Amino acid sequence: MVVYKKTPMDHVFTLINTLLMIFLMIITLYPFLYVLFASLSDPNEFIAHSGTLLYPLSPNLDSYWAVLNNPNILIGYKNTIFIVVVGTGINLLMTCVGAYFLSRTGPMLKKPIMILITVTMFVDGGMIPNYLLVRDLGMYDTLWALIIPGAISTYNMIIMRTMFQSIPASLEESARIDGAGEWTILFKLILPLSIPTIAVIGLFYAVGHWNSWFSANIYLRDKNKFPLQLILRDIVVESEVDDMTIGAAFGNSYAMSFTIKYATVIVATVPILILYPWIQKYFVKGVMIGSLKG
Amino acid sequence: MAQVAKKTFWQRLKLDLYRYRYLYLFFALPLLLYYIVFKYVPLYGLQIAFKDYRITRTIWECPWVGFEHFQDFFSSIYFFRTLKNTLIISCLNLVFGFPAPIIFALLLNEVQNSKFKKIVQTVTYLPHFVSTVVICGLIVSFSAKDGLFNDIIELFGGTRSDLLMSKEAFRPIYIASGIWSGFGWGSIIYLSALSSVDQEQYEAAYIDGAKRFQRMIYITLPGILPTIVIKLIMEVGSLMSVGHEKILLLYSPLTYEVADVISTYVYRKGLVDNDYSYSTAVGLFNSVINIILLVFTNTVSRRLTDTSLW
Repeated sequence: MVVYKKTPMDHVFTLINTLLMIFLMIITLYPFLYVLFASLSDPNEFIAHSGTLLYPLSPNLDSYWAVLNNPNILIGYKNTIFIVVVGTGINLLMTCVGAYFLSRTGPMLKKPIMILITVTMFVDGGMIPNYLLVRDLGMYDTLWALIIPGAISTYNMIIMRTMFQSIPASLEESARIDGAGEWTILFKLILPLSIPTIAVIGLFYAVGHWNSWFSANIYLRDKNKFPLQLILRDIVVESEVDDMTIGAAFGNSYAMSFTIKYATVIVATVPILILYPWIQKYFVKGVMIGSLKG
Repeated sequence: MAQVAKKTFWQRLKLDLYRYRYLYLFFALPLLLYYIVFKYVPLYGLQIAFKDYRITRTIWECPWVGFEHFQDFFSSIYFFRTLKNTLIISCLNLVFGFPAPIIFALLLNEVQNSKFKKIVQTVTYLPHFVSTVVICGLIVSFSAKDGLFNDIIELFGGTRSDLLMSKEAFRPIYIASGIWSGFGWGSIIYLSALSSVDQEQYEAAYIDGAKRFQRMIYITLPGILPTIVIKLIMEVGSLMSVGHEKILLLYSPLTYEVADVISTYVYRKGLVDNDYSYSTAVGLFNSVINIILLVFTNTVSRRLTDTSLW
């Protein structure tokens, strides 16, 4: 083991590098902190204030009450939770079933099917043919349109298959001798051994569902079916906040529209932010597994 | 064994289907059905690019029109505009966005305190988990005339303006926000490549008198070069595909001239104007170019560096 001797230049480099990293952290975090501070601020004071915010101005929860009293937000939450739970469940079931078949070595048709699947990673029908298909299947304006067409992500399925393949064949052989069928082998042997990978992939799917808005935008018309992100888009990007400022005094409603927007962002992002420190390392692991197999 | 070899292909297939019947029935069948219905049926549906599709008729019944929709697109002002915007945004992204995670990974790799390193990683990966809608919502709010960006511009003596409405500011905002939300997450793949660089090389170089910066350039960088090349192939291969989600949330008729890319045009034509056939033709044109680009860059890379996607 060589002991590195540090020259004065090394110390200067370390210092500059550390400062740069701190700067990058501030740049990354500050927009979120600004949103948090703004959402907690008094609307009139916030409007009068210019420049960066380092703390909430006369902190209060008025904007949050306005957001939580908006029925659309609650509807959005309900729909999004349905999509995340049912969608991720279907994703995992289909992905496991597919990955299990593709991890088998025996069946003759495995290779042709694998090719058929790989091809779809490079060519796809595009926006309109997919839209017409969803409509022809009768899924237009239903939440199924956001769940079924994306039931399998080929990339995730290939990661899962790689995991399944790494399980020693001898384990499976002995199970078969004991009379286990395909389902028993998948559910009693392979899945319990792959729980970390399944957790990673489940999280990939769940966060994807939580954050997705575009499919909802093209497939849903009925406002009662809108997921949270679509409601959020109307409020934050298109600035449709009128129905939430009704309670506020005239003149106050303009000021309130700003803090309400920021409070909405927080309300819609908080579940991710709470889970983030825990799920982050699993995601990193997922990227690693994916990159190894490339 | 000799007998097995004598069996014809169909006999072997029949035996195989019988032997693995449960596997085929419960596993392969749902998998195949999914891929046929949701991946191959849309490919079949691509033919409406060459037809005059009306919603009242099935795809079969619609008359063929050949390359009419393609010709319409090539002769419209949108062809040049969307092509130009797509390429400019991609190239800006390649020049500014592509190196950012690499430089960040190299610098982060030089951080010796592993606890501090973890904190930096945790913080910089965060924007990846925040939805596009939220990120664009922040951009919209901050770019507004009374928003944070303008507060800062005014602080430095500039004048306030609605930044997202400005043709000059749209692309810089789009690119910079992309770098902001992606540099941390994008660095993971390089950091994982860095961790496999042989430590003995560093020690040997140190003994030979290589300075820290030289070690970074001559050992670390070559160590992650294959990863960089693979990423570069994918990036160049997708030069013609700028995603529609973020642009749809940020642009407006005032900025179409600089912001409208092929994918957003496909969306507007197809799902706002309901011009299905024309929109599909534009999308198909884009996909064909994408595939050609990917095959081309992959071939070049295989010749030059022995690195290839397949």
